[in-house]
Amino acid sequence: MNGILPLRLEDVSFAAGGRTLIEQLSLTLEAGASTIILGANGAGKSVLMRLMHGLLAPSTGRVAWNAQGPRRRQAMVFQRPVMLRRSALANVVYGLAAAGVTGVERERLAREALAEVGLSHVAQRPARILSGGEQQRLALARAWALHPEVVFLDEPTANLDPGATREIETIIKAFDASGTKIVMSTHSLGQARRLGDEVIFLHQGRVAERAPIERFFPQPASPEAAAFVKGELPWA
Amino acid sequence: MGLAAAAIAGFITLASTTSTEQSGLFRHLLPIFEKQSGIRVRVVALGTGQALDMGKRGDADVVFVHAKALEEKFVAEGHGVQRFEVMYNDFVLVGPKADPANTRGTKDIVAALQKIRAAQAPFASRGDKSGTHFAELQLWKAAGIDIASAKGPWYRDTGSGMGPTLNTAAGMNAYVLTDRGTWLSFKNRGELTILVQGDRRLFNQYGVILVNPAKHPHVKKKMGQAFIDWLVSPAGQAAIAAYKIGGEQLFFPNAKR
Amino acid sequence: MLDAIVSGLGLVATLDLRLWEIVGLSLAVSLSAVALATLLGLPLGAAIAVGRFPGRQAVIVVLNALMGLPPVVVGLFIYLLLSRAGPLGELGLLFTPQAMVVAQTVLVLPIIAALARQAVEDAWREYEEQLRSLGVDGLRGALTVLWDIRFSLLTAVLAGLGRASAEVGAVMIVGGNIDGVTRVMTTTIALETSKGDLPLALGLGVVLIAIVLVLNAAAHLIKEAAQRRYG
Repeated sequence: MNGILPLRLEDVSFAAGGRTLIEQLSLTLEAGASTIILGANGAGKSVLMRLMHGLLAPSTGRVAWNAQGPRRRQAMVFQRPVMLRRSALANVVYGLAAAGVTGVERERLAREALAEVGLSHVAQRPARILSGGEQQRLALARAWALHPEVVFLDEPTANLDPGATREIETIIKAFDASGTKIVMSTHSLGQARRLGDEVIFLHQGRVAERAPIERFFPQPASPEAAAFVKGELPWA
Repeated sequence: MGLAAAAIAGFITLASTTSTEQSGLFRHLLPIFEKQSGIRVRVVALGTGQALDMGKRGDADVVFVHAKALEEKFVAEGHGVQRFEVMYNDFVLVGPKADPANTRGTKDIVAALQKIRAAQAPFASRGDKSGTHFAELQLWKAAGIDIASAKGPWYRDTGSGMGPTLNTAAGMNAYVLTDRGTWLSFKNRGELTILVQGDRRLFNQYGVILVNPAKHPHVKKKMGQAFIDWLVSPAGQAAIAAYKIGGEQLFFPNAKR
Repeated sequence: MLDAIVSGLGLVATLDLRLWEIVGLSLAVSLSAVALATLLGLPLGAAIAVGRFPGRQAVIVVLNALMGLPPVVVGLFIYLLLSRAGPLGELGLLFTPQAMVVAQTVLVLPIIAALARQAVEDAWREYEEQLRSLGVDGLRGALTVLWDIRFSLLTAVLAGLGRASAEVGAVMIVGGNIDGVTRVMTTTIALETSKGDLPLALGLGVVLIAIVLVLNAAAHLIKEAAQRRYG
C-alpha cells in the first residue's frame, strides 16, 4: 500500500473576500522531516494548513497526495480544540468511528491513545469541563488514535500557558518518534527550534524561504525571514 | 343502575346546534338513550348552517337542527332521508331592564321589533346562518322591515353563537333574540331580562333527519335510525319533556305518531 | 376579576372526573403532537442548516414564515382533508383525538424545525472544521451537532409545546369539541365562555397556565443540570 506522501502543491492560489491569501505557491512535502510553517500573523499559515489538509479548495492550482487514502491517514489539530459534549474517551472513540473502525477495536485504540497523552485518569470525565491544556491533549489523542501518516497542527499552543505548552510539545515529539510526519504552524521561534527539522517561512502568501533548521537559525537567508527572526516583523 | 345497560354497540355522530348543546339537553337525554340501546351519541355542536353542511359532506350520521325551510330543502336535495318533527322550544326577546324602546308588556314580537327599529336601540344579532339567526330574519320580514338596508350602527352583527352574542348584548346593554334554553343556563346576564315572550311566531320547531346512506354509504343507518325512532317514541318524548332548568321545562315534544 | 379567578379555582377544585379527563386529553394530544413534530422537525431543521442546495434561502424563509400559521386555517385545511367528502375521508379520522394530533403536529412542526435550523446553523460554525477534518460531513455531521446541542434544543421543543397547548382553532374544527371524546382544555374554556360561565372558564385557564408553567420549569431544571454535567 502506498503512503500518501509526498504531498505536492502545484501553483496553488487561494482568494477569499476579494483578497488573495495564497499566491501561486508550489511546494512538496516528503515523509520524515518535521516541517514547521513559520510566519507573522496574516502571512497565510492557517490558510495553507487548511489547503493541505483539504478543508479548503484552492482557487487555482492542484493539491495532490501520492495516493488517495481513507481520511484517517491524515489528521489535524486546531488552535482551539472542539470537543463533543461527551466523555473524553467517547470523543476519541467518535473519531475512530468516523474513520470506519468498528467494534472493540475502537475502545482499545482509544484507551491506548489516552494513555499516550497521559489522560487515562479522566477518560470518563465530560470533555468540555477539562482544562484548555487537557482538551488540547485530548485533541492530540484523538489524532493519535488514528495512527495517521501526517498530522497537521495549526498553532496548537497559542492559547496555552507555558506548562501546558511543554506537555503538548512532549506529545508532539512522541508523535514524531512514532513515525507520523509533523506539519506544524507557529509564530514562536523557540517552538520551531525545539520541534522542527525544517522551516518553511511564509510571507504575504508566498514561500519566502525554505531551509533545514540548522541553516535557518541563527541567520535566515531571506530579508523578510531575517526581519521576522529579529522581531521586526510582527504583521505580514 | 348499570345492570340493565346494553353492551356498547357503537357510536353515531350527531350534527346539532350550539343552542341545543348549550341548553344542556343532550347531557340529560343521551345517557338515557345509551342505557336503553347501547349506542353512544357523539355530538358536534355547530350552527344550523354548518350542521347541515356536515350532513351534506357525510361527516355526520344524523342532523338535528331547528330551521324547517332549510331542513326541507336538505331532504329535497337528497342529502337526507326523511324529516321528523321532534320538539319545539321558544325564543324570547331579552333586553336591558331600562327598556329604551319600551317593548315591555307586549306579547307582539313584531310590534316590539318595530319599536326597537324606530328608537334605533342597540340590537345584537347572531349573524351566523344559524336557526336562531334565520328565525330573527323572518321576524324582521314579518315586521315589514328590510333589515339589510335598515340596519345602522344600532344593529350589531356578532357573527357568533348564542352565548357569545348574549355576552356581547350584556356588555352593550342591547336587545337580543335568544332561545329560552340558552337564556336559562346563561350566567353572565348583566342588566338583561326577558321583555317579550309567548308570541306564536316565536315558537321554534326542531327536526331530525338521517343522512342519506345512498349518497354516503358509510353512514351508520341502523344506529342512526334507532336514535331517530327513539326520539319520536313515547319514551324519548317523555325524556325530552322531563328536562327542566330551575323547575322550568325548556322543550315541548310534538312528534307526530 | 380576582374574585372570578378565585371562585373559578374553587369550582375547578371541586370538579369531578370529567375535568381530569379533559386535562388528560389535552396533555395527551399536545404532547403527542410535540413528540411527533420533534421527531420529524429536528432532523429536518438540522439537514437544512448544514445542507447546500439551490433555493436554500427560500426554504429557510418559508420555514420561518410557517411558524406563524394561523391555527384555525390549519384546522380548516385538515378538516377538508379528513372530511368524508375529502381525499382522506376513508380513514374516518375526523372528530377524533388522532385528527387533533395531526392538526397540532402540522402547526408545531415548522416552529421546531425553524428553531432547530437556527440553533444547528449557529453551532455548525463552531463544529464544522473539526468534524470535516475527521471526515464527518453532511447529514451525519448535522445529526452529531443536533445531539450535541440537545439541551439547548429544549427551548425549541418548549416553544412548540406552548403553541400546541394554547391553541383552540385547530382542535375545535377537526375535533368538534365532542363531550367526552374530543373536548380539551382550550375548547372547554371557549365553550364555558360562550355559555357565559366566566368564573369556570377563568379557573380552567389558570389550570392550563399552571400546567404549562410546570412543564417549562421542569425543562429549565433539566437544562441547568445538563449544563453543569456536560459543560
